[in-house]
Formats: sequence, C-alpha cells, structure tokens
Amino acid sequence: MTMKLNLLLAAALTLGLAGAALASEEESGTFEPKHPQQQQWVWEGVFGKFDRQQLQRGYQVYKEVCAACHGMHLLSFRNLSQPGGPEFTEAQMKAIAASFQVPTIDDNGEAAQRPGTPADRFPAPYPNEKAARAANGNALPPDLSVIIKARHDGSNYTYSLLTGYTDAPSDFSLLPGLNYNPYFAGHQIAMPAPLVSDGQVTWPEGNPAATKDQMAKDVVAFLTWASEPKLEERKELGVKVMIFLIALSALLYLAYRRLWRDVDH
Amino acid sequence: MTHGDYTYKPTNAFTKWLDDRLPVIRLMQETMTNFPTPKNLNYWYTFGGILTFMLGVQIISGIVLAMHYVPHETLAFDSVERIMRDVNYGWLLRYMHSNGASMFFIAVYIHIFRGLYYGSYKAPREVLWLLGIVIYLLMMATGFLGYTLPWGQMSFWGATVITNFFSAIPFVGESITQWLWGSFAVDNSTLQRFFSLHYLLPFVIAGVVLLHIWALHVPGNNNPLGIDVKGPADTVPFHPYYTTKDGFALVLFVLFFSYFIFFNPNALGHTDNYIQANRLVTPTHIVPEWYYLPLYAILRSVPDKLFGVILMFGAIFVWAFLPWLDTSRVRSCKFRPIYRQLFWILLVVIYILGYLGAQTADDTNLVFWGLELPIGKLLLARICTFYYFLHFLVLTPVIGLLETPVPVPESISKAVLAKKGA
Repeated sequence: MTMKLNLLLAAALTLGLAGAALASEEESGTFEPKHPQQQQWVWEGVFGKFDRQQLQRGYQVYKEVCAACHGMHLLSFRNLSQPGGPEFTEAQMKAIAASFQVPTIDDNGEAAQRPGTPADRFPAPYPNEKAARAANGNALPPDLSVIIKARHDGSNYTYSLLTGYTDAPSDFSLLPGLNYNPYFAGHQIAMPAPLVSDGQVTWPEGNPAATKDQMAKDVVAFLTWASEPKLEERKELGVKVMIFLIALSALLYLAYRRLWRDVDH
Repeated sequence: MTHGDYTYKPTNAFTKWLDDRLPVIRLMQETMTNFPTPKNLNYWYTFGGILTFMLGVQIISGIVLAMHYVPHETLAFDSVERIMRDVNYGWLLRYMHSNGASMFFIAVYIHIFRGLYYGSYKAPREVLWLLGIVIYLLMMATGFLGYTLPWGQMSFWGATVITNFFSAIPFVGESITQWLWGSFAVDNSTLQRFFSLHYLLPFVIAGVVLLHIWALHVPGNNNPLGIDVKGPADTVPFHPYYTTKDGFALVLFVLFFSYFIFFNPNALGHTDNYIQANRLVTPTHIVPEWYYLPLYAILRSVPDKLFGVILMFGAIFVWAFLPWLDTSRVRSCKFRPIYRQLFWILLVVIYILGYLGAQTADDTNLVFWGLELPIGKLLLARICTFYYFLHFLVLTPVIGLLETPVPVPESISKAVLAKKGA
C-alpha cells in the first residue's frame, strides 16, 4: 500500500516538473508587472464558445482604434465570416473587405491600389518596420495576430493593460515619450492609452454601451479568437473524443478484468 | 491456469510453406502473441507499450506536418500558423505533435524510473538498459531539434544556448559549433539542417526501439519482485493478457494526453514561442522545455562552462555504468529497505533540480510556493547536483554491499499465492 502511494507520489512529482516550468514566468526589471486582473471569459472552460456579437464589436474596436498602428498579418477578411468567429454574413464580410484599399500591380506593371477581396490579408498599417518605428518614437507596435498566445495569461493581461493606464506615482521617473502602466514589465510603455473615452466607437443598435471597460473586453475577445480561430472546433471535438475514450476505457477495463479473473496474480 | 507451450505451429499449407521460407508469422507470434510474460506485472509496466504508441503518434503526425511546414527563417513561423488556421485539422496535428513530445517524455521518465526501482538494469538485462539510454539520448536530441522548428523566440534562443555548449570543447569548440550551425550564427542554414535531422532521428529511434525489444525478448520481462521466471506457472501469454491490460492503460494515458490537446494545448509550452524569432531581442529569461530542466540546473550549477557541460552529459552517462555500480544481488527495491529510501530521495532531488532549472539564474533565495526558503538557489543546485552523483557513484555501490535485503520469494506464483492466502 505504501509503495503504491509512493509510486503515485513519484508520478505526481514527475508531472509537477511541468508545473514548475509553468510557474517560472520570471519577470525582468526592478518594476515587476502587476498580476493581471482575472476576468470570466465566455470562451473559457470545456464548453466555452465565443459570443458572436462581442467578436463583431471587438473587430470594430480593432479596426477603428488598434489598426491605426497594429497589423494582423495572419488574418484574411474571409476569416471574419467563417464558423467559430465573428460570423459576419458573407455580404457584410465582402463589404468590409471592399472598404479597404490593398496594394496591387496594374496592367501596366505600375504599383496601384484596388478594393480588398475576401482572400486578402488585413492590410499592414506601415509599409515596413522602419516606417513603423519612425511614426512611434522608435517603438515597434507588435503584430496582433497571435498576441494573446504570446503573452502569459494573454486575455487577462491584455484587458488589464488596456484598462490599467494611470498617472505615474510621484516617486517614479517616467522617461519622456513613455506612459505609465503597472501591468507592463518595467511599468513604462510606449503605447499611449488607446481607449480614452466612453463612446469612442459607435456600435450598431442593440449592443451594450461602449464604455472603456466594454471596449477593452470586446477587443480582447476579438484578439483571443484571432490567436486561436479553431478554439470552438477544438473544444467541440475534444468533448466527443473524451466521451469516446471514457467509454472505450470502461470496455477495456471490463475485458481486462474478465480475462484475468481466472489467473492468480 | 498454466500455459506451457508457447511455440508457433503453422496450421495450414500456406503458413507451413511460408514458415520454411520466411518465418515472419512465427516471429510475430512468438514475440507479440505467445511471448511468456510474468503474471505479476503492475501498471508501471504498461509504459513500454505507451511509448511505442507515442513514437507512432509523433512519426505519423510529424510526417503530415512536414507536408505543410516550410523550413525557412522568414517563412517557418507563419507556416506553422498557416497549419493552425488553414490546413484541415492542422491545429489538431500540431497540438498532438507539440504536446505529444511532452507526453513522450512523461512516459519515458516513468519507464526509466520504474526500471531503476525494480532493478531492471541488472544482469541479464544490461544491454536492454544501455539501448534504453541510447533511445533517451536520441529523444533528447529529437525534442530539441523539433522545438527549434516553429522559429519562435524560445526556439531561436534555445538553439543558441544549446549549440553553444559545444563551443566549450577545448581548441576545436568554435569550429564544431560553426559546423553545427552551417554558418557563423544560428540562422537559416541551422534551421534547415535541424529540420532534416528532426525528420531523420525518429526513424533511428524506431530502429533502436526494435533492438530494445529484441534485447527484452531474450531474457524476458523483469517484474516487480525482481526474481527470475521459474516456470510456466509464473507466466501468461502476452496476448490477450497484457494486450488488454496495456490497452486499458494506454487509453487512460490518451485521455490524459487529450486533455492537453483539446483543452489546454499551450500549457506545456512557453508564450515567447508565439513571438517570431528575433536575433536582436533576447528574451528576459531563456528556459528549456520542462523535460530538460533538471539537466539545465546541473549545467548552471557549475561556474566553468566546459565542466558544466561535462557534468550535464555525465548525469545521463552515469546511468550506463549503473548495472555494474549496483553491487546488490537483489533486483527489486521491494526487498531493499535502505536503497528503496534512497530511490525516493533521488526522485525528490531531481524534482528540486527541475524546479531550480526553471528559475532565473541569480543567487537569490529560493521562493517555493510563495515561501522564501533560507537557502540560495545556486547553493541548493550545487548540493542537489553533488547528491545526484553521490547517489550513483558512491551510495549505490556501498549500500549494495552493506544492506541486508529482505528474503525474496521463491517464485512469482508462490508469492502470488502467499499474497492471496494472507
């Protein structure tokens, strides 16, 4: 009995190593970032799904606020109407695509612009990294395609960052051109507060009021979907696979017990 | 219930004809079906089968991923994301493969420490054990090479740190490192050769696994009692007895694996690997994958780079001498009251090393679950490293001579009957 316990303990320790790896998110600098505020997100949990309306609102926040500086080069307009995402109608998605001008080469071989199509990627806000840095005090606004997965506790972190701008404490020496945000490593960030006032974005009728908090939550939802567009498909398949495996393990256990019944072991 | 006759007898004209020319059915039957297996194997013995399954999962998912992946420094990162977004079930393949590596290592560590506990490395199974070490080293190499392929920040900087180990070799270190890189730094040529080697090594592993299984089938399985099989009363045929038991254990393992694939697919990875590799930005904290952490702690506990690398590799090579370092004639720790305690102490020490491997490389006090312990991380890592080698090089031979083992049972079947009677 003790040995069985010991062996279990060994297994737990082996697995615990993985936990140690997770717990190792050490931070740099003397100003450690504040622990992100923990929110309840609708896509969390085994049966979690995105809220279509929220993703559509979040897309609008991205388009009208973030997209001025941040690209999302892994996303195409067609993604906006695919299952498991914001699920704009085909016509809405095509209209969104057509509202952008994308670079092309015309029949004379000259650089030109044409309206976007569903297959086009989201256009980049700057032609290149140098242009992006020149426009942003030498800071490079990161691409947001997988930003939620590229930050520890990504959804909560991004929400906290967007809503966490405050005045710097009097004893904090802020470098010129930077902004105080306690959720950012080092507490100073080049990005100025992007969500500055309630009603900054106008959503269609029937949506909640566009408070700063609501806009932050919705754009986080949109970015989370963009980082993991197959999240719903993954969880749906996962539930089916788990049910199948549990049933299979029960059958195999019964077969095993039945077979070994007559063996002294 | 006894099974005395394990030899294959062809039953029809075709199998008789084939058996005289290529006895492949005989081989399959005698090694996989009829193979006499001790009847007292517990669930810790199911991990060999689980590992074989995981090797298959990794090879099959990997072959399909390679159809979509682009090994180029400017395209690799986005090609992985394209697999996640645009390839049918690409997200499933990729999460199976990336989490599969961790599952493979969880299983191999259980398999190795099961062998340590029950003395499976001792005569007549030394070659079996040595082949196992070869497989483990190949797995380490394959895991490392694979981790570089998404070309994220941790891929790039992990590759930089690991390949720099070789620069510690006196005189030729720099040449060897550049030869590995195919360049003067980790760059596109490194990525392309790592992809090539990552595709090659699993097949080398599969070859050594065949040797490993061959070497298992000559002496037969060890068992939790660590005593030899005395006769047919001690064994059952592998099929159907262990195929059902291993099958049940395998499905439980796949359930555990599936939890990670479907509900927590990035838990075992590092967030920085979703940032594309950038040689101008060093991550604040470079950590290897969890399965290398104890070795990483040993490496960092030594101030001298060359000696650190030697100790790190030595921590694995010392296992190769274990069959001869262990002086006890009793195999299983079940009957070794002192050595059994040392086994658990060793596990705790390795766990602490793993924990330390994940910490920042400074000499502040260790904070464990929010509690600051009155010991520096570096000092603790050194004590644990020292103890690790002490265990294998001193305690194992000495305790083997001094310890009085508990009497071992006469045979497996007698032990089973005694347990039933009691």
